[in-house]
Amino acid sequence: MRTEELTLNVGPQHPSTHGVLRLVVKLDGERITHVEPVIGYLHRGTEKLAEGLNFTQIIPYTDRMDYLAAMLNNYCLVHAVETLMGLEIPERAEYLRVIVMELNRVASHLVWFGTYLLDIGALSPFLFAFNERETILNLFNELCGARLTYNYMRVGGVKWDAPEGWLEKVDEFVKRMMQKVDEFHTLVTGNEIFLNRMRGVGKYDAGTALAFGLSGVNLRCTGVDYDIRKFKPYSIYDRFEFDVPLSQEGDCYARYLLRLEEIRQSLRIVEQAVAQIPDGPVMAKVPKMLRPPKGEVYTSIEGARGELGCHIVSDGKDKPYRIKWRRPSFVNLQILPKLAVGLNMSDLVAVLGAIDIVLGEVDG
Amino acid sequence: MFNWLHGPMTVGTLLTISVLAVVLLLIVLAFVTYAIYFERKVIGWIQLRHGPTEHGPLGLLQTPADVLKLLIKEDIIPKLADKPLFILAPVLAFVPSFTVVAVIPFTDAIGFTDTNVGLLIYVALSGITILGTLLGGWASNNKYSLLGGMRSAAQMISYEIPLILSAMGVIVMAGTMNLREIVEFQGQMGVWFVVPQIVGFLVFLIAANAEMNRSPFDLPEAESELVAGYHTEYSGFRFAIFMLTEYVYMFAMSSLIVVLFLGGWLPPLQWIPGLGFLKAVPGIVWFALKFVVVVFYWIWLRGTMPRFRTETLMNFAWKVLLPVSLLNLVATAVIKALV
Repeated sequence: MRTEELTLNVGPQHPSTHGVLRLVVKLDGERITHVEPVIGYLHRGTEKLAEGLNFTQIIPYTDRMDYLAAMLNNYCLVHAVETLMGLEIPERAEYLRVIVMELNRVASHLVWFGTYLLDIGALSPFLFAFNERETILNLFNELCGARLTYNYMRVGGVKWDAPEGWLEKVDEFVKRMMQKVDEFHTLVTGNEIFLNRMRGVGKYDAGTALAFGLSGVNLRCTGVDYDIRKFKPYSIYDRFEFDVPLSQEGDCYARYLLRLEEIRQSLRIVEQAVAQIPDGPVMAKVPKMLRPPKGEVYTSIEGARGELGCHIVSDGKDKPYRIKWRRPSFVNLQILPKLAVGLNMSDLVAVLGAIDIVLGEVDG
Repeated sequence: MFNWLHGPMTVGTLLTISVLAVVLLLIVLAFVTYAIYFERKVIGWIQLRHGPTEHGPLGLLQTPADVLKLLIKEDIIPKLADKPLFILAPVLAFVPSFTVVAVIPFTDAIGFTDTNVGLLIYVALSGITILGTLLGGWASNNKYSLLGGMRSAAQMISYEIPLILSAMGVIVMAGTMNLREIVEFQGQMGVWFVVPQIVGFLVFLIAANAEMNRSPFDLPEAESELVAGYHTEYSGFRFAIFMLTEYVYMFAMSSLIVVLFLGGWLPPLQWIPGLGFLKAVPGIVWFALKFVVVVFYWIWLRGTMPRFRTETLMNFAWKVLLPVSLLNLVATAVIKALV
């Protein structure tokens, strides 16, 4: 019988590409022989735009890169500028930053959990996850007046102090969320159909992961112990007790378990931070015009999706000469064509989802 | 009610049949309307939502509003679609789904046929629906639809075999394919087939779920992969007809399960001496109650289960369900011969 290869264009508008990603898939029956991600549909040229803006003006642009974890993006930029300028940050500001960053990581992982299960075909976890995420967004809304694009951090501190009663609410949420994670496990983790879809799918080893430059959960699922919060502590992460969940499996199931465990560890950090937070100012004394000294700096933080880096070249003016972000989604996505060959369409969705990309970050 | 079926065909009986057929169609349509409402409510409650509340009291007019919207929408046929087949496909899918309802006895008096091969007719007719979905997938000239149509054909054909084989156990025990007599046999036996045929019941339940293309067997219309599978290109009333087909099959399949395994219109627990008074409740009420339980089961599954993988789906049908149902059939036959 004569057979023909089928070229299927998945996206840029497709429920499972999580945004405007386009995949050109070549199929033999339902088996994938070739995948080519086509990116750039959401490219806004943030790095180029940043060259015409002063440092405070760049902060709202970082919100729109990884819009699910905007606090982490905020911090990535201000941390690089502060390192370049050698600024001292008030204690309270650092604590507030850690609290919002970890809450944002939880929110981001919750979105991932919900949408991933939706990709797999389970409807309900999505709503359970978003219900909890809503609480976090409301907390952020109370803190800085925005639900997604916070523009909360400044070079030298944070814009707003926590309103009265806010920290208690955070503490309450942490306690409830800890139980919710158990509930998520009960609902999803033991399910035979789910295990069957996850186990051994999209498997790779540590060598491959390192060769592709993967980071975050995508790297740790192969057993490489690399979490920048531990490896090269920034901010005040060296003061908190938390574990870096690791797995040796390297498949989608490992990535799923690690993300849920990371929610727990982030909550542990928030719990400790809320207990320890001191009083004091939330903004350091910084000059009105930020003019970092001439030079270069590269700093990286542990984003929700991996190593989120910021490289600034300054020529001593109030605007960066060149700024470059290491966007983990973009790097992590590169392994997809390798993983997808030999899978079928439904596994492609599972593998793509497990990488956890945000298109705003992939396209920059 | 069955008496006139045996008499000669006159204008009177023809008229009666036509009127009753329309009545049945209306009952089925009403069921579909409120099955969708019920499903949305139950799924909503499972997901900590309210479900429809806005249209009419308690949102009861949500589905009529949705249907009305679909009916007055523009009829779009893709330019490169195979037009005659594209138009034919929903009809081909819907007509058998409605026809099979005719063989279901709702009580000993309410039913449309009383044929000795009721079960066979059901299975034979429902098989035609596969053609409709396959044609829909092919004629749309859309790659997603084609994949969905192919998946659907493979799935429905694979699961039809364990479905029939698991029902065979019931047929062997009852010694008839007449659905009314199967229920009456359960009455004489005192215990419904769900107990002696528990293996058959479980296989039937799973295979029926796959036959209806409902979650977790909703691969043919997997939204996250194939967008909507075989009906991606369908819109307006043609899409409504595909949806209708699915829900009418839910109606028919749930009825069939009630008849085959749950004692149809018989009251429960008749072997307990004190419960004879339950006979006072009309049979149709018992039927409806059991029916609602089965329908709830489908919805419950949809609210909690992720979707199967294609390979697992096929392996499961051929390597698990088929041998199990065969064994069940053989065991039933041997026991029947011995006892």
